[in-house]
Amino acid sequence: MEKLERLDRRIIFIFIFLSIAIPLLLPVNLDFSVTPPVQSFYDAIEELPAGSKVLVSCDYDPGSMPELFPMNVAVFYHLMSRDLKVITIQLWATGTLLAELAMAEVLEDFPDKEYGKDWVNLGFKEGREVVMVSMGTNIPKTFPSDSRGNKVEDLPIMQGVNTYDDIALFMNVSGGLPGTKEWVLQVQSRYHVKLGSGCTAVSAPEFYPYVQSGQLVGLLGGMKGAAEYEKLVQRPGTAQRGMDAQSVSHIVVFLFILIGNIAYFSVKGAKKRLKASR
Amino acid sequence: MPLWETIGIWLGAFLTLCIFSFLYKDNPFYKLAEHIFVGISAGYWATLEYHNVFRPNLWDPLTREGRLLLIVPFIMGLLLFSRFTKRFSWLSRWPMALIIGIYAGITIVGYGSGDLILQIHANLLPLWTDNWLTSLNNILLTVGVITGLIYFFFSKEHKGALGAGARIGIWFLMISFGASFGYTVMSRMSLLIGRVYFLLGTWLRLLE
Repeated sequence: MEKLERLDRRIIFIFIFLSIAIPLLLPVNLDFSVTPPVQSFYDAIEELPAGSKVLVSCDYDPGSMPELFPMNVAVFYHLMSRDLKVITIQLWATGTLLAELAMAEVLEDFPDKEYGKDWVNLGFKEGREVVMVSMGTNIPKTFPSDSRGNKVEDLPIMQGVNTYDDIALFMNVSGGLPGTKEWVLQVQSRYHVKLGSGCTAVSAPEFYPYVQSGQLVGLLGGMKGAAEYEKLVQRPGTAQRGMDAQSVSHIVVFLFILIGNIAYFSVKGAKKRLKASR
Repeated sequence: MPLWETIGIWLGAFLTLCIFSFLYKDNPFYKLAEHIFVGISAGYWATLEYHNVFRPNLWDPLTREGRLLLIVPFIMGLLLFSRFTKRFSWLSRWPMALIIGIYAGITIVGYGSGDLILQIHANLLPLWTDNWLTSLNNILLTVGVITGLIYFFFSKEHKGALGAGARIGIWFLMISFGASFGYTVMSRMSLLIGRVYFLLGTWLRLLE
């Protein structure tokens, strides 16, 4: 037991690596259910009439790509399949390329969708909450041109879009700050808009109270949330592929916690007994 | 696949393995990858800020459109650099005061309405409903909120009924910490899955 207590951490790393690599190589496709916060965001999009404008703020970086990119793709796919107009912005500079990549992946399934008419990328804007508040007053003034240098007034999709009132639904793909918390506090609570969020699993517990209070119409938490959304839109992607690895690695972590505790209490008990016998 | 893409994938795989090598022990390969990352990030951010912030928001409107009022934020921005000298560092307090003032003003409104008022409102729930599960949820939520608040009430010693409430509050807090830790494990595993997926799939092409 004392050996177990002093187990080399590198052995744990090997077990964790194998618990992820083996299920990826030999998938068994474990089933999982769709949770209510994911379902409610899906339903919110389903309820929108065709042609409605949806603003997706892609505020993340490559560091959180395994969790957020699959949900970004799945949400774009859902919006395009419902014939909704997608306006994307980024409050993280690194989000611009990721939003373009996600859309490029989706456009392979929708080759007839046109830039400027069916979707637009307004690009990155520095200023965090100031940008959010400024957009509430005037979107074209905050984003006078898109990420490709086109003037927004020349883009058909931006016709009639002046303030948040002209957007039917908001989605924030959140990797940190600024992210969902800022969108809830600065935009949802001020302008009472319909807002959904896709966030990293680390920040999901912080945002669940906003779902309970109705400030968020839905929440996609981490890779599991992304996998659930992929299941709903029936477009399997990397998140669904990673679910087997996620489950097996969690079991391994659980076993190590269990073994660690058994070893700790056994050694402690043995020391106590030894002390008592002396 | 174009050659530049292949080179990119091999470079990505090499740097990923360099970073992973730290799990064995600190080594020159890890240091190399770390320094490359820091250097490229700094260069990328500097370029991005120049092209996306400084030029379109300040320099171009000032020099091309003649919006002379922008000289004020330009000077304020320059004053931030006065921190590099001991003699003039006090000048940086003015732009800092402006930034903090504006930011505090914006966030206070958001926190007040979004986090305080609406969250209090969302916690005023009926304890008895037609659905016993909803009732149980609402009771748990209410007890959790009240006992949690009792735990953070330090104006009176935690003894008697107050002490019992605080102890229950600790249990609620512990459960919430456990849930947060569980989500953190899930998040970190997802990141590792992403890298292993890249190594096995994109690089080695072992995944279908």
